[in-house]
Amino acid sequence: MNAHVNPPSVPPNAPVVALRNVHKSFGSLKVLDGVSFTVGRGEVTVLIGRSGSGKSTALRCIDRFETIDGGEIEVCGRRVDDAGLDVRALRQDVGIVFQSYNLFPHLTIEENITLAPHAVKKVPKAEARALAAKVLAQVGLEEKLHAYPEQLSGGQQQRAAIARSLAMQPKVMLFDEVTSALDPELTGEVLKVIEALAAEGMTMVLVTHEMSFARGIADQVVFMHKGKVHEAGPAGILSSPSTPELAQFVGTGF
Amino acid sequence: MGGALNINHLLFLGHGALWTIGLSAIALVGGGSFGFLIALGRVSPSRAVRLLAATYVQLIQGTPLLVIMFLSFFGLAALGLNISPLLAAGASMTIFVAAYLGEIWRGCIEAVPKQQWEAAEGLALSRSQRMVKVILPQAIRLATPPTVGFMVQIVKNTSLASVVGFVELTRSGQIINNSLFEPFIIYSIIAVVYFSLCYPLSRLSRRLERSALQKKPALA
Repeated sequence: MNAHVNPPSVPPNAPVVALRNVHKSFGSLKVLDGVSFTVGRGEVTVLIGRSGSGKSTALRCIDRFETIDGGEIEVCGRRVDDAGLDVRALRQDVGIVFQSYNLFPHLTIEENITLAPHAVKKVPKAEARALAAKVLAQVGLEEKLHAYPEQLSGGQQQRAAIARSLAMQPKVMLFDEVTSALDPELTGEVLKVIEALAAEGMTMVLVTHEMSFARGIADQVVFMHKGKVHEAGPAGILSSPSTPELAQFVGTGF
Repeated sequence: MGGALNINHLLFLGHGALWTIGLSAIALVGGGSFGFLIALGRVSPSRAVRLLAATYVQLIQGTPLLVIMFLSFFGLAALGLNISPLLAAGASMTIFVAAYLGEIWRGCIEAVPKQQWEAAEGLALSRSQRMVKVILPQAIRLATPPTVGFMVQIVKNTSLASVVGFVELTRSGQIINNSLFEPFIIYSIIAVVYFSLCYPLSRLSRRLERSALQKKPALA
């Protein structure tokens, strides 16, 4: 639709995701107060912070689930803050996985996965099914192809949701507290899948409360506090924070 | 007085009962189709369409079915439009049922969790794809028990078509009573027939509701 406005070709060194001075309020509540960070190709950025610090909102703005009041967001060469944005084109480049899995309960796992590639990208049915088998193998669920979501454990459902996103072959994946609804054992199997994706070079932005996981996987940690990026840097900042707020958040104290 | 109740009277009542079923079917199909459009209108992204559909629902729900029947039969006739009792009754029931089913179904569409919309949006599905492939199949499951339950109301409300001379169960009873003057017996028979039409429907509705609550895993 807006191919001329949003050129799909991106210079090789350009960041995949860039937020520049992003402002966002819900009514009188300021949730994002000048947020900036960039995510390079193949990089893993982890957003951390207390509840209400704005991290989930920042993530949702990247996929245009929220519109912003000020600043710029650029994703895969598209200006997300542009009112004329081709939202569906953006969402073909961006995969998102939610806390509550949100698989479609009336469809089998295979149908969940083949739905969007077939309906949106016009991938032929047989090819879409082969794709479903491939992404399910990637998350270790190849035997659940014909199961319904309710027959799966929470961890399996979340892995299936990740597979569903992967089937659209996104250029960047967003994870919004994807293990918050899971017990520790099931959390582990989901985090392993995400680690494997990182190892394959997938560009990712994650919101998580799993600090040891964040330390292991992050190329960049962004600590948000009161709607601002309070501290950002490599995973090392989690072990040696330079602000008292981050220190308190990770529980090392002073 | 006017002779005794005989087999011919019962056959006449049976014929009326068939028309009650027929008019109910017309109301369900007509009102269901139109009601589906109303439900979609109520959740439309366009404010104007939402307002239009809401106004329709308010208007019809605030008008007695009896008055709608009078309007479409006698009212239109006064304007020079002569329509048959069947057409008047069918149209009135369609108009009436659409307002109620539209509102029931809007509720079912809105009862599908917001997250389902978001997940579908995140996968780049268009609005109509989200509706057809993700939301409606789930809404239909929710809608089945209340829709079957509402069919009880449809069956009973067809009795109002008797006022425009449509010979359904109630009207055929009136006609027989006019010659026999046995209102207690005749209207008791009619009540039993209505009950035997409606009771299975309400039982079915209950059962559908229970099985929907149990959420049996559909084994593949």
